[in-house]
Amino acid sequence: MTESTAARKPRRSAGSKAAGTTGTEASGNTGGKAAGNTGGKAGTGTKRTTRTTGTRTTRPTRTTRAAAKKGSETELVQLLTPEGERVEPTGKAAYAEYAEYVAGITPDELRGLYRDMVLTRRFDAEATALQRQGELGLWASLLGQEAAQIGSGRATREDDYVFPTYREHGVAWCRGVDPTNLLGMFRGVNHGGWDPNSNNFHLYTIVIGSQALHATGYAMGVAKDGADSGVIAYFGDGASSQGDVSEAFNFAAVYNAPVVFFCQNNQWAISEGNEKQTRVPLYQRAQGFGFPGVRVDGNDVLASLAVTRWALDRARRGEGPALIEAYTYRMGAHTTSDDPSRYRHDDERAAWEAKDPILRLRRHLESAHHADEGFFAELEAESETLGKRVREVVRAMPDPDRLALFENVYADGHALVDEERAQFAAYQASFAEAEGV
Amino acid sequence: MAAEKMAVAKAINESLRRALESDPKVLIMGEDVGKLGGVFRVTDGLQKDFGEDRVVDTPLAESGIVGTAIGLALRGYRPVVEIQFDGFVFPAYDQIVTQLAKMHARSLGKVKMPVVIRIPYGGGIGAVEHHSESPEALFAHVPGLKVVGPSNAADAYWMMQQAIQSDDPVIYFEPKRRYWDKAEVDTEAIPGPLHAARVVREGTDLTLAAYGPMVKLCQEAADAAAEEGRSLEVVDLRSISPLDFDTIQASVHRTRRLVVVHEAPVFFGSGAEIAARITERCFYHLEAPVLRVGGYHAPYPPARLEEEFLPDLDRVLDAVDRSLAY
Repeated sequence: MTESTAARKPRRSAGSKAAGTTGTEASGNTGGKAAGNTGGKAGTGTKRTTRTTGTRTTRPTRTTRAAAKKGSETELVQLLTPEGERVEPTGKAAYAEYAEYVAGITPDELRGLYRDMVLTRRFDAEATALQRQGELGLWASLLGQEAAQIGSGRATREDDYVFPTYREHGVAWCRGVDPTNLLGMFRGVNHGGWDPNSNNFHLYTIVIGSQALHATGYAMGVAKDGADSGVIAYFGDGASSQGDVSEAFNFAAVYNAPVVFFCQNNQWAISEGNEKQTRVPLYQRAQGFGFPGVRVDGNDVLASLAVTRWALDRARRGEGPALIEAYTYRMGAHTTSDDPSRYRHDDERAAWEAKDPILRLRRHLESAHHADEGFFAELEAESETLGKRVREVVRAMPDPDRLALFENVYADGHALVDEERAQFAAYQASFAEAEGV
Repeated sequence: MAAEKMAVAKAINESLRRALESDPKVLIMGEDVGKLGGVFRVTDGLQKDFGEDRVVDTPLAESGIVGTAIGLALRGYRPVVEIQFDGFVFPAYDQIVTQLAKMHARSLGKVKMPVVIRIPYGGGIGAVEHHSESPEALFAHVPGLKVVGPSNAADAYWMMQQAIQSDDPVIYFEPKRRYWDKAEVDTEAIPGPLHAARVVREGTDLTLAAYGPMVKLCQEAADAAAEEGRSLEVVDLRSISPLDFDTIQASVHRTRRLVVVHEAPVFFGSGAEIAARITERCFYHLEAPVLRVGGYHAPYPPARLEEEFLPDLDRVLDAVDRSLAY
């Protein structure tokens, strides 16, 4: 993309400007009067000291550095190649900072990530099948996005809070949400069948991009509480066009909220490709708001894990928001109601299948002798057990009681709802009476 | 001293102050609400006393204000957000209707949304475009929201206390042209329910029902009618969702005639709902169809024309005449 060249030019001034702005803010706190005049440099100088106090001076420093690293659109953080080889960050300064977050990863943890991805894909396939069998009204498949979701999901801590779209089945898995709970809304028995506070995993949000603001507000609350939890907001390339996402970026930056914006760029917003959403690589949007943006190989679970850990870590330290663009691919249709053959070619999918997130980790596990045949066979059996359980639970999922439509409209009740519930109940009872006679 | 004479704006200010004092989870958010104290000074002095963390000057983005308030509510806070003017609420309309109103139901009651959205509304102040609208029906139509509109300082004080204590989202419409009207406010009196209407003047010939800025007009109309020997009852509805139909019904049983007055356009306005329901409830008691007085189906006009658009004494009395002529 030629835009990257154009975007490179104002970067310096954008970075300096951000530093100058926050430098001025900081001057009130730290007396760093010169910061406003010397721009980014002053920010760099004060970074270490301010980090401990959690003031905002660190943000522009990161912005400038992150921006300087991202030379071109095609550069993305990758720690595991499609062939399953670990990328050595040596000589690639850009990677080193992230790579250290997975430097000590054990074979057991790698197998765990692999298991998460395989089971998530199996669950997803089962849900698609259940839709085809008429058990679900709709399903939004995550096929192809397992690494972005498992990597980022496994980077979260128990006390972190997650705001998903409606496709974050892998993240839900990481948060410990029973996968069968995700299916209620797609079966049409509820609008979300889990308690958001049980797993700090908010309900799926269907209107695109709205949850970015909820995540930001929640993170503002975390900061007010003086807690060191992180918040992560998921959204996609389509959502990046929504005003709410831009407003969320801005609120998060202004209040230095501990929120990570995790954008899964799966290349397609139903039928519209990236070129219909943006003229600049999405991660570069962060610059304009004054926080760092990183593009990561979203089909690389290690890189997704590392970059998200990095972003959450700095959020916890009071260094504010970050944007992660996980570059990935929606291998399936938008939903089971969609027909991608109308707008894209199969060869595109084939090219991305070669970069399959599960396959590459399997290659790595095998070549590094981290897993044997027994492990894969056992996982296969576990997958089938999961599929069977999901199938059985969904088929047994009862329709809600009729009167449930009046439930929970209000927390403190409402006279009209009470009146209509009574009328509805009487109306229904009239049939029973008629039948009873 | 519990009772004190204060203006509507001051009463809201005092109520917010009390809420900030008594509950550390209460936050004030909005454009210019901090240092400036709001464009109408309703939040005057609160940031000075409670700090920038609790009285938050926000970026100029209404969807962002409500969207982040939802997130703060999820975290356990009770945000009271200000939309600076009625006509500025629409960028936030999506967050209010799509997210805020539905969150409790879609979470099967697991999540509560104790968010108050303050909106100074209505005309009569000679303002420019988008500063004089009455969008209450657009919110009353949405299940999950509660909508209230105090008409006087005492109600403004107590209804704000009750709105903040509510675990449901409450759209709190402030009658901006009455901001400076003073009344006795007893800050220790135990108030009635938030969503109950109140008969503010008893009469026998006809009931005038109104809320917010139109209550005062209806009282003036009742005074004028009294001089002509007509006894009008005035009901201050106070709450638009839920609406206290029982109180209106009881009044109509006495007077047999009803005129509803609001600034909002009549077409699909709250008067339409009141007319339909009261007709259903009081069909054999009514001597005349329920009449409505309100704005026209036209964009709110330039200030030099707003007197023509807004209900005034003559238009209310004209409707009274027409009702009594049946």
